[in-house]
Amino acid sequence: MRNNWDGIWLVARREFVDQFRDWRIIAPMIIMIGLFPFIADANTREAINFMNRYGGDLILERLVPFVVLVIGFFPLAFTLGVALEAFVGEKERGTIEPLLNSPLTDSQIYLGKLLVGIATPLIASYLSTGLYLALLLRRAVTFPSAYILLLILLLTFAHAVLMVSSAIIISVQATSIRAANLLASFVVMPVAFILQGETTLIFWGDEEVLWYAIVAVTLLSGLLVRLGLAHFRREYLLGREIDTLNLKRLARLFSDRFTGKAKGIFNWYREELPLTLAQLRTPLLIVITISAVAVFASYGWTIVQIPAYITITPERAEELRAYALSNASSLEMISSQLPAPVLFYHNARAILAIFLLGIASFGVLGLGLFLVNMGLVGGVLGAAKLIGFSPLLTFFAGVAPHGVFELTAFFLATAAMVKAGAQLVTPQTERSMGETLIVSIADWCRVFVGIVLPLLAVAAMIEIYATPYILKAAFGL
Amino acid sequence: MIEAYDLSKEFNGNFWAVEGVSLNVQAGQILALLGQNGAGKTTTVRMLNALLTPTRGWARVAGYDVIKNPQEVRSNVGVLTEQHGLYVRMTGDEYLDYFGRVYRLSAEKRKARAVYLLDYFGLTEAAKRRTGEYSKGMKQKLAMARALIHDPAVLLLDEPTSAMDPEASRLARDEIARLKSSQRTIIICTHNLVEAETLADHVAIIYRGKILLSGALDELKRQVLGAAEYEAKFAESYDAEALDLPAGVEIVARNATRLRFRIESPQTTNPSLVAALTSRGARVVSFYEVPRTLEQVYLRTMERAQETTYAE
Ligand SMILES: Nc1ncnc2c1ncn2[C@@H]1O[C@H](COP(=O)(O)OP(=O)(O)O)[C@@H](O)[C@H]1O
Ligand SMILES: [Mg+2]
Repeated sequence: MRNNWDGIWLVARREFVDQFRDWRIIAPMIIMIGLFPFIADANTREAINFMNRYGGDLILERLVPFVVLVIGFFPLAFTLGVALEAFVGEKERGTIEPLLNSPLTDSQIYLGKLLVGIATPLIASYLSTGLYLALLLRRAVTFPSAYILLLILLLTFAHAVLMVSSAIIISVQATSIRAANLLASFVVMPVAFILQGETTLIFWGDEEVLWYAIVAVTLLSGLLVRLGLAHFRREYLLGREIDTLNLKRLARLFSDRFTGKAKGIFNWYREELPLTLAQLRTPLLIVITISAVAVFASYGWTIVQIPAYITITPERAEELRAYALSNASSLEMISSQLPAPVLFYHNARAILAIFLLGIASFGVLGLGLFLVNMGLVGGVLGAAKLIGFSPLLTFFAGVAPHGVFELTAFFLATAAMVKAGAQLVTPQTERSMGETLIVSIADWCRVFVGIVLPLLAVAAMIEIYATPYILKAAFGL
Repeated sequence: MIEAYDLSKEFNGNFWAVEGVSLNVQAGQILALLGQNGAGKTTTVRMLNALLTPTRGWARVAGYDVIKNPQEVRSNVGVLTEQHGLYVRMTGDEYLDYFGRVYRLSAEKRKARAVYLLDYFGLTEAAKRRTGEYSKGMKQKLAMARALIHDPAVLLLDEPTSAMDPEASRLARDEIARLKSSQRTIIICTHNLVEAETLADHVAIIYRGKILLSGALDELKRQVLGAAEYEAKFAESYDAEALDLPAGVEIVARNATRLRFRIESPQTTNPSLVAALTSRGARVVSFYEVPRTLEQVYLRTMERAQETTYAE
């Protein structure tokens, strides 16, 4: 353990010292750190003068944490180059090979680079915010509380870790510094969006939510570090290809993986698809378990919390019930307004969205979206219960008939998505990161095309043409 | 010690840069790996140092398997990479100290090694300057010092003297020879055939990823260039017609005062040949083996390889 840390520290320290000998890094850093707080401070002064004229001190008080957070963000974005260059820079300058020849382990090299990548922006960022706060002391404005300051420092830390852990991955995979820098915006933009959300929360004083943001962002960074380490191969850093994208090869990899050894479509169903499905056992179990939890939790939340906000008198419940039933009695009309193909298309799109979100976040966000959908089911059942319907009857008459197909489709697709996400963060010996991605997508497509789409088609037919009649029969209409 | 069997590397799933390379280098031996640019020398060296994973085959280096124990292999091997790969903003001192730490040397050991190597390669004065200011040859010398900093049991030197001036490459050669005599195992990739000949006892010629020829230098000369040739020089013109040649001796060239023989087994034949010459009235001034160089072996081998490639 100690030895391990020594190696990380060694790599980090050399790089850290090295960059301070490079005026191309120091000069912008000094400007960023020194200039920004003063500009912001000047703006704060103007704002104070302006507000004092109109007596809006509350807004000003809210504005300061917001400015602190933004000031902390800029140096992060501008020193991201350190992380972006970490590997591809050494590769281009030819200094990587002696390092890779050394007995340092993959994780020592990787984490060492990560450490510098995070330390440099953070130092710049904290110096900058510190300077601004020092300037702020002279102004006639309420100084942010220690609690808010801690929150902001942690948020800045989380941003740095998130951006740098992505940037390091780019640095390992990129074939040139130029390519890495072009990809930088894919790192900065999402974090800038997150920052917008956070500043809004700070402005409105919803600080508690920010703790979740810190936890979520840190968690995601952890996964990114794991992804990066899982795919770190010394070999790639010696690769010679320069910015070539071999589309043909990737397309072949995809179609080979998708079709497998199948000789025809029936053979594919009999021999190939079961192989993929067999691998979904564990993810499927996980998905079903947590969606059951989500349904019950949101059902419970609905029947407990909704009455706390809205008083549902017996008369009101009666009214709502009548309204729901009158809607239900005209349910068969639905096929003219919402044709089955449209419903099918909506569901397929939802599953695709879950997959895309999932693959971009190693399963996490996709699973989140899926759980929201499951939560809705629980919510609807809870609402039914609140206005006096039997939730079980509602479920079996209104959800189960098409749900057998639709939920199975959602479960399978989500399980396949979880598997793809997990595959990405699992060490792969013989495949590169791009190849793993292609293979994961191909595996998911097998499930999607082979079984999810047919199930959705059946479900849509039932939901439009059968469910209304079942519901009517069940509720005696 | 270095042992490799069927070592092969395929790049991008379609190109075999190295195929079926088997090697055996003992402690105290130097193997010269020769071959054109792009033949696969660097790729072989990288596999031996567990930098590239072999697509096929295996290797044991310094007693460790390159696939199962890459860390241990790297700890016990010193590599001089083809590109020096120095950090240009570090001074020579700092650079060696850094790699000394990377190889886990104690502070005293680091210092002692650095002082010795810098002094040996005449870099002591330059050691306080940033390596970016060094000349190409100085950079290569410092890279060599880096490869030697941990006094490794196995040395892989990829074109070690390509950028050095004659004095510097002489220094490097002497150091390599000294390391050989202290029981190091050494592979040296080079285009300098004279250097290979003076240093190496074994030679392997690699062509398009495959070993064409390998073995002890004398053995290879016999194998490629045929039996050894000897030349006799006479004080006055001599007519060899009367000469009764022992078995396994053949005259390959002649003029009035010289005769050149090809001799299958000089150990046994030469004494009687010399005796026959003098007894037949030849006034021998000198009798010597015609020197044959590694260069001849190399060029002949390449010629043949290219012929067969075109024939295919
Ligand atoms: N990382 C790599 N990716 C793809 N091809 C490579 C890579 N490294 C080497 N090659 C190719 O392998 C062959 C052998 O290269 P190399 O071992 O460097 O030859 P040498 O050192 O003998 O000049 C060359 O054709 C080279 O282009
Ligand atoms: Mg080479």
